[in-house]
Amino acid sequence: MVVYKFKTPISEEDIRKLKVNDVLYITGTIVTARDQAHRRALEFFKQGKPLPLNLEGLAVFHCGPVVSKEGDKWIAVAAGPTTSTRMDIFEDEFIKNFKVRVVIGKGGMGKKTTDAMSKYGAVYGAFTGGAAILAAKAIKNIKGVEWLDLGTPEALWIFEVEEFGPLAVAIDSHGNNIFTDIQRKVEEGKQKIYQKLGLSP
Amino acid sequence: MDIAKIVEDAAFNLLRQAVIYLPDDVKQALKKAYVEETSETGKTQLKAILDNVELAEKYEAPVCQDTGTIIFYVKAGAEAKDLDKLENAVINATRKATKEIPLRPNSVDPFTQKNSGDNTGRYIPFLHWEIVPGNSTELTVMTKGGGSENVCVSGMLVPGEGINGLKKFAIDEVIKAGAQPCPPTILGIAIGGGADIAMKLAKKTLLKPLNEPNPNPEIAKLEKDIFEAANMTGIGPMGLGGKTTVLGVHVDYAFRHPASFPAAVAFNCWAARRASARINADGTVEYLTHKMKK
Repeated sequence: MVVYKFKTPISEEDIRKLKVNDVLYITGTIVTARDQAHRRALEFFKQGKPLPLNLEGLAVFHCGPVVSKEGDKWIAVAAGPTTSTRMDIFEDEFIKNFKVRVVIGKGGMGKKTTDAMSKYGAVYGAFTGGAAILAAKAIKNIKGVEWLDLGTPEALWIFEVEEFGPLAVAIDSHGNNIFTDIQRKVEEGKQKIYQKLGLSP
Repeated sequence: MDIAKIVEDAAFNLLRQAVIYLPDDVKQALKKAYVEETSETGKTQLKAILDNVELAEKYEAPVCQDTGTIIFYVKAGAEAKDLDKLENAVINATRKATKEIPLRPNSVDPFTQKNSGDNTGRYIPFLHWEIVPGNSTELTVMTKGGGSENVCVSGMLVPGEGINGLKKFAIDEVIKAGAQPCPPTILGIAIGGGADIAMKLAKKTLLKPLNEPNPNPEIAKLEKDIFEAANMTGIGPMGLGGKTTVLGVHVDYAFRHPASFPAAVAFNCWAARRASARINADGTVEYLTHKMKK
């Protein structure tokens, strides 16, 4: 386990140094996107419309934060990750088209995303689910918000962060995926659990 | 005496207590899991959870950004006054809590995809009513996270397989859910009644403290067996591997139709948020799960 501290924009060369089980902290810009924002971003790309900001080298964060507004200023009150599997249907295209280097979420992602990460150079950083204040304290400033018409959980929040983490590298850019490894081990051990419960296989 | 105002204030306080302060039994279980965890990655996750629980209390901010779907369980005293005003009072409390705590607006019209912005909408917040003797009313709130809700499941099992069928159903669902419900989770399991009744009971058992096994020793044993089996899976904290996949298991049941064996497994994330209060006939409010902070 190696601890890395990267600043955005992150280069492909740096991201390829990471291996599963390493720990990553990010300083710089991360952008939230959930189901609706992923869908709209890909529609924009298809229509040749530019996104509100260039995502190359940045991190996309599966998160719908709790925010409050003081005067004109947005403040992140609580900002932990949401379940990433819902974004699995979009993420390979998202990585390919927008060249994000880190996808932050919880719960892991599947083979299509893992393949895209290895092909284009990106990693999945698992942030502890529910650890919303830990995340909010690393957000130093909300630089902006786009697509608020989608509702605050689904909007594109642009966060300036300092040492955002710990992110457990759970999918690296070399085809390794901790979540699928664990799932395989769990399946392999299932018969033993059935036995313990007195069930016939 | 303005009962509606008293209920509204109590419901607001309950929402605040629930989303910021985890119940003591859940905190203790998380601390125990941290001490006992042997996987390095698993321990890192539990450490982040415990740090986060502490930060939430320190900054008086919601422990998780998903402040959930808001559900109230009401035990209404048969002689309590103004019960017809209770629903409106908790709706007002929900709006106020969304703005002032704040909570994330989590109530979306499924047809227009529009977020109401204040955590209210058709049937939301949802109220479960029960009538009990007496003149006081007990109000409990559960703010239920979406990640753990997405893996809740009910099934119609084969009556001939009996309780073994239930054990297999529960453990298979824990495995299928994997990392998604934010493990370590709490399982509420119920059988009997009918499809809706089993799920209602399963979800309601999530309100029980972790250190309260079922009073029926046979059912307590079943809870323990499923608990141990779930923690044998190795799914671990956040599904990144480890010893702690569940913090506790509660089982409840209703009698069943001879031909049916309805079963339900309700998952709650580690951020198991709940709070209760009793509203007395004289207008005083006793907070039952949390100490009221002045």
